[in-house]
Amino acid sequence: MENFLNVLTELSGGFVTSVLLFFFTLLLSLPLGLIISFCTMSKFKPLSALSKIVVWVLRGTPLMLQVFAIFYLPGLLNLFVWPQMNTGWEWFDTTFSTRFIAALAAFAINYAAYFSEIFRGGIQSISQGQYEAGQVLGMTKSEIFFKIILLQVVKRIIPPMSNEIITLIKDTSLANTIVVCELIFEAKEFMLEGLIWPLFAAGAFYLIFVGVLTVLFNKAEKKLDYFKA
Amino acid sequence: MIMLEIKNLRKSFGSTEVLKGIDFSLEKSQVLSIIGSSGSGKTTLLRCLNLLEKADEGTVSVNGEVIIDAKEEDNYTDNEIRDKRLKMGLVFQQFNLFPQYNVLDNITLAPITRVKKDKSLSKEEKAERIEAIKSEARDILASVGLSEKASSYPCEISGGQQQRVAIARALILKPEILCFDEPTSALDPELTVEVLKVIKELKTGERTMVIVTHEMEFAKNVSDKVIFMADGVIEEMGTPEEIFDNPKSEKLKAFIHKSQDNF
Repeated sequence: MENFLNVLTELSGGFVTSVLLFFFTLLLSLPLGLIISFCTMSKFKPLSALSKIVVWVLRGTPLMLQVFAIFYLPGLLNLFVWPQMNTGWEWFDTTFSTRFIAALAAFAINYAAYFSEIFRGGIQSISQGQYEAGQVLGMTKSEIFFKIILLQVVKRIIPPMSNEIITLIKDTSLANTIVVCELIFEAKEFMLEGLIWPLFAAGAFYLIFVGVLTVLFNKAEKKLDYFKA
Repeated sequence: MIMLEIKNLRKSFGSTEVLKGIDFSLEKSQVLSIIGSSGSGKTTLLRCLNLLEKADEGTVSVNGEVIIDAKEEDNYTDNEIRDKRLKMGLVFQQFNLFPQYNVLDNITLAPITRVKKDKSLSKEEKAERIEAIKSEARDILASVGLSEKASSYPCEISGGQQQRVAIARALILKPEILCFDEPTSALDPELTVEVLKVIKELKTGERTMVIVTHEMEFAKNVSDKVIFMADGVIEEMGTPEEIFDNPKSEKLKAFIHKSQDNF
């Protein structure tokens, strides 16, 4: 019993790290994805070509490879070193370790590439008439985008976005390859002691979290059901 | 007094010349109908007037002021373009209401947005203006017969009602010239009637209007002036009587004959 509680405590600690990685990745990759989608749709050819190449590379290579590259390459090339938090608050400093920051950077950039394509699809699916209606009413480009277009885009992209976001929580497990102490990392520690079941317990953590996400996405979809777009 | 004057307006898409030099003028408080078969350039003309397309050549003056000079059009700043557009109002064939806003918010969105970003106004003045806009929107809504739909969403009302909301949305900005681009082409015959009735009622007062339409009876009844366009030129122009009862060009005769076919 003591053993069981001990395992759950360790796994919970790892789960918190996974969830933090998840939330911060979303926080960064959503706006970054929107910016990349604007670059891809830009009429300025060099910019759109460049962003298409970036998206190609980010979607075309394994995320695990990108995690390695972002963690090791800056040091190997003598560019910079990922910063180490030093607030004196131990939990904070160990959770947001150098490795955590590197993994976060890799995830944020990688997911921004996927999100950018979803945004692009959503934005381009809105009829030209919506833009023109805003234009003849004397609204600025940004007013048209934020007050008219964006919510219609959000409504349309909830299903593909929920897919990506659900994938993200499970992809955070790739951070264990650079020794970020997230959920799978903690479960593997027990494997070394000959315990297999913590790995399945870790699976249950993901399952419950995805269950919660699914409910939230359904709620969001219902909430936007009041209009057709 | 001349409200709208267009001189030598030309527009090509690639190698296709859609407007081949359009010249006409319109007096204040008059209603102009533009008729003609599909592809004759009617809609492009209206879109050029509203700066949704850039003209290649020519000028457009409103109330004596040149608002579009094709030679200068590339140099207009976004701000200038917005101010020029506000002299015109445009009602679209497909209504283009904003689906996520209710009827009242559709009408007030643009003017309230404008008030909110006006830095010269204090918080209280802004609140006051916004209230005034809302009450004006309710009045306009009543005038198009939709008072009870103020809090409905576009997907909950009929096409005819949506188009009347779109008209109200254009009216609240008080354009000098109100343009309609085939306002009833997306509507059933029954719904067409209610929209045409509203447009006809707008005629009372000082409103100058340009209406691109396929509704011949309506054009005949409501217009002070009718333009028949064919292949990018004004083939014939005159009073409704001249155009409909006494057509001169062969193309217009054929067009009117065809539109009177009752199958």
